[in-house]
Amino acid sequence: MTATFAATDVPKLARGVRLRHDDARGQWVLLAPERVLNPDPVAVEILKRVDGARSIDVIVDELASAFTVDRDRVATDVDAFLAGLAEKGMVELRPAVIGDAAS
Amino acid sequence: MNVITDLVDKAKELVSEATLSPRPAPPIPYGMLAELTHRCPLQCPYCSNPVELDRRNVELDTETWLRVFSEAAKLGVLQVHLSGGEPTARRDLEQMIRHCVEVGLYTNLITAGVGVTPERLQSISDAGIDHVQLSFQGATAEVTDKVSNFRGAHERKLAVAREVRRLGLPLTVNSVVHRANIHQIPAFIELALELDAKRIEIAHSQYYGWALRNRGALMPTRDQVFWALDVVEEARVRLKGRLTIDAVVPDYYAKYPKPCMNGWGRQSLNVTPSGRVLPCHAAETIPNLDFWNVRDHSLSDVWLNAPSFNAFRGTDWMPELCQSCERKEVDWGGCRCQAMAIAGDAAATDPACHKSPLHAHLLALAEADAATGEAEYDYRRYSVPDRNN
Ligand code: SF4
Ligand code: SF4
Repeated sequence: MTATFAATDVPKLARGVRLRHDDARGQWVLLAPERVLNPDPVAVEILKRVDGARSIDVIVDELASAFTVDRDRVATDVDAFLAGLAEKGMVELRPAVIGDAAS
Repeated sequence: MNVITDLVDKAKELVSEATLSPRPAPPIPYGMLAELTHRCPLQCPYCSNPVELDRRNVELDTETWLRVFSEAAKLGVLQVHLSGGEPTARRDLEQMIRHCVEVGLYTNLITAGVGVTPERLQSISDAGIDHVQLSFQGATAEVTDKVSNFRGAHERKLAVAREVRRLGLPLTVNSVVHRANIHQIPAFIELALELDAKRIEIAHSQYYGWALRNRGALMPTRDQVFWALDVVEEARVRLKGRLTIDAVVPDYYAKYPKPCMNGWGRQSLNVTPSGRVLPCHAAETIPNLDFWNVRDHSLSDVWLNAPSFNAFRGTDWMPELCQSCERKEVDWGGCRCQAMAIAGDAAATDPACHKSPLHAHLLALAEADAATGEAEYDYRRYSVPDRNN
């Protein structure tokens, strides 16, 4: 399977999408316009790292070492996961900025 | 084994809706509609505000609203809908938004757009609003201006929509449909695409309060309603991934009632400008329900203990017809306000249900109204103009 995104791309939650812990129900929720989504624990681990600063590469590295699983496998899964959210307009990706080039 | 094997499957699960399975009592509300004011420059004949509008001098002050938002967050509310009337008529709106953000609430602005300058939108955006819903009374200037009784409303709304998108905020187009604009549904959808909205709400007028008064001029024919359902279904499939279409279907011509509020006192609550807490925005059309006010009670006290919330919570209150029906936790017996309006009994089966003995009566009412040809509206306004407006 070919990846949708470059490993150096930096994902970020779109404006109007927020991840937060829902203390009253003891779970994480992803909030979007008129939607409340229940990400499972693995999705939460990815989403917590989607902060507009970490690149996909960095996210994959972190997950692979945190869960001690095969890195290629993680890369494929993270890519598919982000592609699903990007299609819904919930995640935006921008190419890595080299140095501090004007944006 | 490995934890990450089925990440992709999990991802699919993630993007499916939250499962709102029945929870052990007491339920925890997800959403709160905050009607900050009843003041509004427009006069839509189906407005969901009550016929007796709250005046400015009885509106809750800033401090009380901030307390209510804090209490809502603690109670488990996740999303707050800042509505009205026209919420931007409150000059402390930005302060409220900032507070909501602070306590973790997702904020949704429901505005008619008229009178909202680019500077004001910028400041609302800076305060941290998450999402903007903008109403369109028609898909063209002619219809919007006529239905809202405000010349130039449509143009102003278009400008606001563009500004919302320029600021990078997600936009939903809200349209309430009835006899004078139901044929514009395809045009509403085009408008939403053109304005770069990611979502459109197409809600059929709900006949309480103002809309009940104007039912003769609003009620669409059965043919129009079924045509509209087809148009929406077709567009949904065609625009998947580009535009989310959420439709509130009319139930006059249906077999089953709508699952009103997904159950009374189960997922959401509504606070009026003067602080009364309602299980739904039309609940005050039911006489003798004891609505508590946030001036006297904390929000969680109201949610858990107010007689109005417990009156129709769960299924115990239901008549035998619903008690013995397999859909009792699907549609929750339908709408209490409609039962009140048509059957004269808020605890009756919603006459929209084909099993209700009053179903034929409801249908006859709708068909008679649809055939009136009435085109004049009794516009929504204060009975005596609000001097402070
Ligand atoms: S429905 Fe119309 S009149 Fe009522 S609050 Fe909305 S814009 Fe104002
Ligand atoms: S009988 Fe009551 S529960 Fe059954 S479908 Fe009709 S309204 Fe719903």
